[in-house]
Amino acid sequence: MTLSLGIFYLVAAFTVWAAAVVVLGRNIVRAAVALIFSFCGVAALYVLLDAEFLAAVQVLIYVGGITILLLFAIMLTTRISSATARVINDQVVLSAIAAAGLLGGLIYATNRGIAALVAPPNFPETTPFLGRALLTTYALPFEAVSILLLAGMVGAIILARKE
Amino acid sequence: MITFAKLVEQFYALTAAWGLPWLVPTLVVMTVVVGVVVAYIAVASMFMIWWERKISAHIQVRFGPMRVGGWHGWAQSIADGIKLLLKEDIIPARADKVVFVLAPMVVFAAALASYVTIPWAPGLIVRDLNIGLLYMVSISSLVVVGIIMAGWSSNNKYATLGAMRSAAQAVSYEVPLVLSILGPVMIAGTMSMGRLVEAQGGTWFGFLPRWFVFPQAVAFLVYFICALAECNRLPFDIPEAESELVAGFHVEYSGMRFAIFFLAEYANMFVVAAIATTLFLGGWRGPWIPIPGLPPEVAHGLFGLVWFQLKCYFLIFVMMWLRWTLNRLRVDQLMDFAWKVLLPIAFANLIVTGLVLTLWR
Repeated sequence: MTLSLGIFYLVAAFTVWAAAVVVLGRNIVRAAVALIFSFCGVAALYVLLDAEFLAAVQVLIYVGGITILLLFAIMLTTRISSATARVINDQVVLSAIAAAGLLGGLIYATNRGIAALVAPPNFPETTPFLGRALLTTYALPFEAVSILLLAGMVGAIILARKE
Repeated sequence: MITFAKLVEQFYALTAAWGLPWLVPTLVVMTVVVGVVVAYIAVASMFMIWWERKISAHIQVRFGPMRVGGWHGWAQSIADGIKLLLKEDIIPARADKVVFVLAPMVVFAAALASYVTIPWAPGLIVRDLNIGLLYMVSISSLVVVGIIMAGWSSNNKYATLGAMRSAAQAVSYEVPLVLSILGPVMIAGTMSMGRLVEAQGGTWFGFLPRWFVFPQAVAFLVYFICALAECNRLPFDIPEAESELVAGFHVEYSGMRFAIFFLAEYANMFVVAAIATTLFLGGWRGPWIPIPGLPPEVAHGLFGLVWFQLKCYFLIFVMMWLRWTLNRLRVDQLMDFAWKVLLPIAFANLIVTGLVLTLWR
């Protein structure tokens, strides 16, 4: 049991606990706060995988953007915190089967190992490598994502415009 | 200072000689470093609060604190701190207790975590992360989340309004902020705070230091304005608008919880000034002379420390000066300014910097 393995177990347990609170919690604002913790846990897992740029971007985008968006949506919805608001829908059995299937698939894949997902040891700084890859090898997906972003922004402006 | 790293090495060697596992000196060093940083934040915040009262007083042609402690009321902040500690801790009856208690902790933790990559002196950084700047920007977005939590859990309309305005303002001003800091990052080629300071060495024409404020003056102005907005300082004071929303998002907090918000705001001000100093004003760079009796690295380190503090507190003085001089912007004026003025200027700066770097390198 090395130190990094122990830290991994701690961080993973924290992330899973936070995710459980998100899914099973009664109070929706507390679920949103637990979502923040689970995103931070995922960022810590990225750091353990030597992807430091991804960890910082995870915190910046997910916690600093998406969680705030979620909290705005919750706060602007009327009576969302009332006692009669339903937090869990009716398809519990179906979703339990789907989640168990996904878990089985993930365990099988982890035990078999996928060679392409193992990072080489002593990987140099990821940030310049990522930047160069995004602008040379993966320039087309990069541009496609920026078009998607443009479509999202135009849609938001049209929806929010006063008629 | 090179001797700091040597001290840590000697401590590790000492504990290894005593037979302790390497985890022990690591934890001890980390605890000591965190303790020093928290102590610095506490003392610096108390000083800044006193200083703010003195600056506001002199701008308003009065004196400010004059009695507590004798000379110009320097102990006023200590008296304030003791008062806040002794106040009754009130949690509103229908507030969401868990989130209410957690919110000041999140805000303070985010403010504290940004101190990891501040370059105090040559060789004196807690951890020189190679994504240092990006790390500081992402941690500062946690402050916004804490503010929303505080406003919502207070079960108070004014607090919720203040929290939502603060979130909208902070998220809007984050975009030109990140774009403006990309200019110096492009010139230096690194996001590490230590290496950004090292990239600003030397002089032009023998006397003008190669600080990034000279080629990137526009970026410096954009960054400074966005930093004011991120700290919820006037003229972007809507979240704490004292005459409109009572106190905004922290209206229901009393005693030590309010003190934590207060401390976190001033700690954030210092972090923002530290980033501006590192990126644009040359960090710890400044003229230095060797002190007889000390090794030259230690003298360089001491002078660097002093220069860094002087530059940071100069920027903080400008922030406080602006607060007591300018009017508060209305919410729609605020958002207009961010999206229609600062964002295009930041983009233009990015484009021009990129062009110049590609054509003249």
